[in-house]
Amino acid sequence: MTASPLYSGTQVSRVETPAAQGATELGVDPTEKDARGGRPRLGVFKFASCSGCQGVLLSCEDELLALADALEILYFPEASSHLQEEGPFDLALVEGSISAPEHLEQIQKIRARSKTLVTIGACATSGGIQALRNFGNLDDFVHRVYPRPEFIAALATSTAVAEHVKVDYELRGCPISKRQLLELITAILLGRRPEIRNESLCLGCKRYGYVCVTVAHGLPCLGPVTMNGCGALCPSVGRGCYGCFGPKEGANTEAMAQRMLQLGMSKDDVRNAFRFITGYAQAFREESARHE
Amino acid sequence: MNEQMNGKVSKEHDGTRTFRVEMLTRVEGEGRFHLEVKDGQVRKAILHIFEPPRFFEGFLVGRSLFEVPDITARICGICPVTYQMSSTRALEAILGITPSTGIRKLRRLMYCAEWIESHALHIFLLHAPDFLGYASALEMARDHRGLVETALRMKKVGNSLLEAIGARAIHPVSVRVGGFTKPPSPRRLQALLPELEWGLEAAQETVTITNSLPMPEFQQPYVFVALDGGADYPLEWGEQIAVSGRDPVPLGEFEKVFIEEQVDRSPAFHCRLPDGTPYLTGPMARLNLFADRLHPRAQEALERTGLTLPVLNPYRSIVVRAVELVHAFAEAVDLVREYTPPEPPYFEAPLRAGEGFGATEAPRGLQYQRYRVNDAGIVQEARIVPPTSQNQPRIEADLAGLGPELLAMSQEEATLRCEQLIRAYDPCISCATHFLKLDIREVED
Ligand code: SF4
Ligand code: SF4
Repeated sequence: MTASPLYSGTQVSRVETPAAQGATELGVDPTEKDARGGRPRLGVFKFASCSGCQGVLLSCEDELLALADALEILYFPEASSHLQEEGPFDLALVEGSISAPEHLEQIQKIRARSKTLVTIGACATSGGIQALRNFGNLDDFVHRVYPRPEFIAALATSTAVAEHVKVDYELRGCPISKRQLLELITAILLGRRPEIRNESLCLGCKRYGYVCVTVAHGLPCLGPVTMNGCGALCPSVGRGCYGCFGPKEGANTEAMAQRMLQLGMSKDDVRNAFRFITGYAQAFREESARHE
Repeated sequence: MNEQMNGKVSKEHDGTRTFRVEMLTRVEGEGRFHLEVKDGQVRKAILHIFEPPRFFEGFLVGRSLFEVPDITARICGICPVTYQMSSTRALEAILGITPSTGIRKLRRLMYCAEWIESHALHIFLLHAPDFLGYASALEMARDHRGLVETALRMKKVGNSLLEAIGARAIHPVSVRVGGFTKPPSPRRLQALLPELEWGLEAAQETVTITNSLPMPEFQQPYVFVALDGGADYPLEWGEQIAVSGRDPVPLGEFEKVFIEEQVDRSPAFHCRLPDGTPYLTGPMARLNLFADRLHPRAQEALERTGLTLPVLNPYRSIVVRAVELVHAFAEAVDLVREYTPPEPPYFEAPLRAGEGFGATEAPRGLQYQRYRVNDAGIVQEARIVPPTSQNQPRIEADLAGLGPELLAMSQEEATLRCEQLIRAYDPCISCATHFLKLDIREVED
């Protein structure tokens, strides 16, 4: 399959842990397909999430059966009752944020059993919408709101997987884009690097010829600071982008915030605009803090 | 299939037999179950949810009501439209907006698309493998490739329709309080007609296929609960909730009649009627209460099955779901044929303080929301009741009812029978954990 201009998978390596380093040796080069007489082995894992990103995989209706032929699916609880949790996995797709105490150990195990670990979606790459709790005090929160708080086990923060283990690639979005997912899997199967494009959504809009919602209708839009990956869906239906693919690298969020204030948004509105689906991604987190 | 898969554990000592699965598969989200039978008596029947809580009702507070549909969509990647629709309904009630017929029809079409996608997924990819003895649809495809391809094609039709209306199928972006940011062009929708018409035939075929599956015999005394959609089959709109054998419940009374409480041992809530009776929501409840409102094509399909109402065997919900799949395709075809873009695409109204309720029918059952907002349109309190927390006590009661029959079976067969029963509810476990009771007066600074 050929690369679409819309792909914008990002290569990340934020954390080096001993477990992560050990992992590479355990795994098997997916390009050496028949080293063990088998196909590359896939695991699909879920932490705190809505399952929408796994849903994108299941929504590859035209490709799903071919994928199932090309890959050996060892662990994918939402699709299959055959669970081989021990792996080892050539490719691990990880959805969801690290949000509960048991996740800390689970993600280390997955890393140790996986050759290539890819985080899929806003939850896994930024903490997701549930990271909105990171801006308050969870402890007070849980004790105040649950009639039986003793049964609630949650970490104080919901965080990205890369805060805990080395991540080989990440796919952004809430949910991820199907085209990016297929490109990534194809690239890994072929042993090449996925096509990566770090462009803003705003640039995308111009390329597709969409009318700018800010210029034409005065609507606030996070397009200038958001990573393009969706294909500028919101402007295509006449609304501003709300940043679900997270910040583009090197985004000038301060200038963006100024623009939004000029458009008549209040400080609270600007803070909330950055503090949304990907609000705990560093650039957006820092910008929202400037409008406390 | 082997005993190792799926962490099944069997134990037998002092006359106690235990059936459990540590990781439920082919359901949305993470859970396990545990059933203990001693001397023919069920001692424990527990469906345990171990999804981490995500606190939606907490962080909705302080957000603008216009942000709500984009937030609540993220509760569930399988039924985001459900959450968006119940939210907009509740918030529009606060603002005094009554959406036009055109907007309501487009919403109904969008909801049909979600039913198509979700029902096709559940019937074939999640549930049918139980009946035919496979671990997954992908494995099933080795022997029944055509069947799985048909399922995927139907699912794709649903997704394409969602994309045409909402720009993407999971977490659509065109839904807003008051209507749609931009409705699709008639051409875009009409281009999908051939596939929708194909889907309608494929769904009819699905009814025949599911109706011929080997069906375990099992019955329970159910209380059925479904949204009363007036002349329409329950879906995206309704002012009251129907309860079999009891008085209907106006939306505003929901929380008085369907009592939600936090369950020991988990971050999920359970709902019961005030006298403690568990109830059932979802396809079987909708059909048993409102079969007369099915689309004529779906009524024909139902007649062909020879099913007598009320359907009381939860395993048969796979057939009921297929009948609803026919309904969703048939309505979608009608709605696309008569479609003209709603004008205006959305309504606006001045912000004001108030409280509003919204309930709609997710593919897997009734979904209720309530909001209280201040005069600046900022959410002060949010309450969200997903279908699975309503069905969970009913699932446990079913498991308890199943207990005695299981004793005559092998461990593997019995465990599988339990799983098949749980899957009949199409549980959406992520949804069931995201909720919490919140007293805003304590939280506000
Ligand atoms: S990133 Fe969005 S779509 Fe993906 S799992 Fe998280 S909430 Fe769901
Ligand atoms: S335009 Fe922005 S908010 Fe909309 S889907 Fe794309 S990245 Fe997400």
